[in-house]
Amino acid sequence: MLERIRSDFWYELLNSPVTVVSAVIIALMIIGCTFAPVFAPHTPFDPATISIMDNNMPPAWADGADPRFLLGTDLQGRDVLSAMLYGGRISLQVGIGAVALSVVIGMIVGLVAGYFGGMTDAVLMRVAEIQFAFPPILIALLFNGILKASLPADVFAQAAVPIMILAIGLAGWVQFARIVRASAMVQRGQDYVTACHAIGLPTVTIILRHITPNILGPVLVLAMLQIAVAIVTEATLSFLGLGTPLTEPSLGALIQIGSQYLFSGIWWVVIFPGIMLLVMVVAFNLVADWVRDYLNPRLR
Amino acid sequence: MYFLLARLLQATIVMLCVALVGFLVFQFVGDPVLSLVGQETSVEDREALRESLGLNDPILVQYARYVVNAVQGDFGISYSFNRDVSEMIADRLPATIELVMLSGVLSLLLAIPAGIYTGIRRKGGIAQTIMALSVIGVSIPSFLLGILLILVFSVWLNWLPSFGRGDVAVVLGFRSSLFTWDGLSHALMPAAVLCLFQLGVILRLIRAEMLEVLRTDYIRFAWARGLPGGRVYFRHALKNTLVPVVTAIGLQLSSLFAFSIITERVFQWPGMGSLLLHAIGQSDIPLLAAYLIFVGLVFTISNLVVDAIYVLIDPRIRHGAL
Repeated sequence: MLERIRSDFWYELLNSPVTVVSAVIIALMIIGCTFAPVFAPHTPFDPATISIMDNNMPPAWADGADPRFLLGTDLQGRDVLSAMLYGGRISLQVGIGAVALSVVIGMIVGLVAGYFGGMTDAVLMRVAEIQFAFPPILIALLFNGILKASLPADVFAQAAVPIMILAIGLAGWVQFARIVRASAMVQRGQDYVTACHAIGLPTVTIILRHITPNILGPVLVLAMLQIAVAIVTEATLSFLGLGTPLTEPSLGALIQIGSQYLFSGIWWVVIFPGIMLLVMVVAFNLVADWVRDYLNPRLR
Repeated sequence: MYFLLARLLQATIVMLCVALVGFLVFQFVGDPVLSLVGQETSVEDREALRESLGLNDPILVQYARYVVNAVQGDFGISYSFNRDVSEMIADRLPATIELVMLSGVLSLLLAIPAGIYTGIRRKGGIAQTIMALSVIGVSIPSFLLGILLILVFSVWLNWLPSFGRGDVAVVLGFRSSLFTWDGLSHALMPAAVLCLFQLGVILRLIRAEMLEVLRTDYIRFAWARGLPGGRVYFRHALKNTLVPVVTAIGLQLSSLFAFSIITERVFQWPGMGSLLLHAIGQSDIPLLAAYLIFVGLVFTISNLVVDAIYVLIDPRIRHGAL
């Protein structure tokens, strides 16, 4: 992995202003959302600090606005900007957590299947193939629905974030397994692996210390792309009312809350979280595109 | 032929696995007896019902019975509607199919020419604009796009209706809302939302394949022979991009069904997706399991059709070279 960070890294990066802007946006969002309690002007989900008198305020530049609420307030008088920061935190947590889970499962399955081959490979890859026939969002949705049906309602609401990570992570491992398997099969035949065998290294060491570092490049690109997909999946499930509870809404749940009042002309509760979600996803996609082109210049 | 038979066998195994998942969900999530009779029934009566439903048989026998029933279109009775599940699916299916068909056709009509164009003129201004738009098309969550369309066209401009299916008409035995103006105006926004995501994915794939093929030696040779551009692009290059593109379209068809769940919720379209969300909300397990198996069937059949098309378009598969 390390030798892939070539000397042209900064040159290539600075030559692509779109990527620089995207990376800065991602960094700002991660910082802003992680430290939401510090940056948010209000604590939106603390009933003690919100007042119903402040409800449905338009954004600060519109008529009848209150300068305390930069992006307006929702029906219960919660500050939209603060709710977005807290909501973005959940979106990022689920997005990154779910992809981490997919990477771990996919790496294990892919390395085992690719390195050992034979029956193990055939069985694992058939399972992967069957799951691959179904769109990940549907699997996450059904998995979430089944858990919801089998767990008591309060347990389900309490563990909303881990359950989302589990559902989306389990829905996304197949693609990682496929690319890891393909790379592992190539690496297995290389001379350095034969050399490792010759000096008597245990198989686990060969796989973890010698093969794994050589297949991280494609995994990194896919992981970046999948974070965007996972964030959208989380937002979609929450929008459908299957994700985070409304007492602790993610960006998708905020949009769902806002969408109920579209016809009363209250557009800001939908638009601002929507823009934040879109910018977040586009930024991750653009950075992933750049990393892919950087690691594989032939595609440019 | 061997290739197709192998695929058919594989498809059957896939369907048995999907049925197994459906059956296990049925078996282990909630108690069917409790869901049918409620709390007041005595223990003896419950036991009698359990016996008569065959719930005390060995699990393999129950699985076999489930599969046999499912093959005959019997998925049991919905807990929350107290109706035959297959009947309910048959009720809702046409609405979803018309939405999926409309958006599928729309996205292919737009994606194929745009993909070829951006592949050939990749440095041009129009191509760059199309690519930039496609990044947004792929990135924007479909529920958000739906809400934005409603906000603009229903709330602000008041041009299009924001929910429901509108009038339906019967033409040649098909009941569909696509045959009336009112129905079309209702279908336009949901179909556009469903279409946009597919459009971006297929367009980018066709472009990538074109770029890949245009770099190969046989294309350079075709140029060297002095063939006109149209002939090189469409007769030589396009043909070799078809296999991955057909695969992607097959996969996209299944994701159209998945994404129709979201679109149907946003536009309150009375199709299969709304039914599934209702089933999840009510923990209606027979309905959930039946939906799972039904969608599995749609995916398996579309994959089989894709395999059959491979045989038609790729002579290497036909002659067993792959």
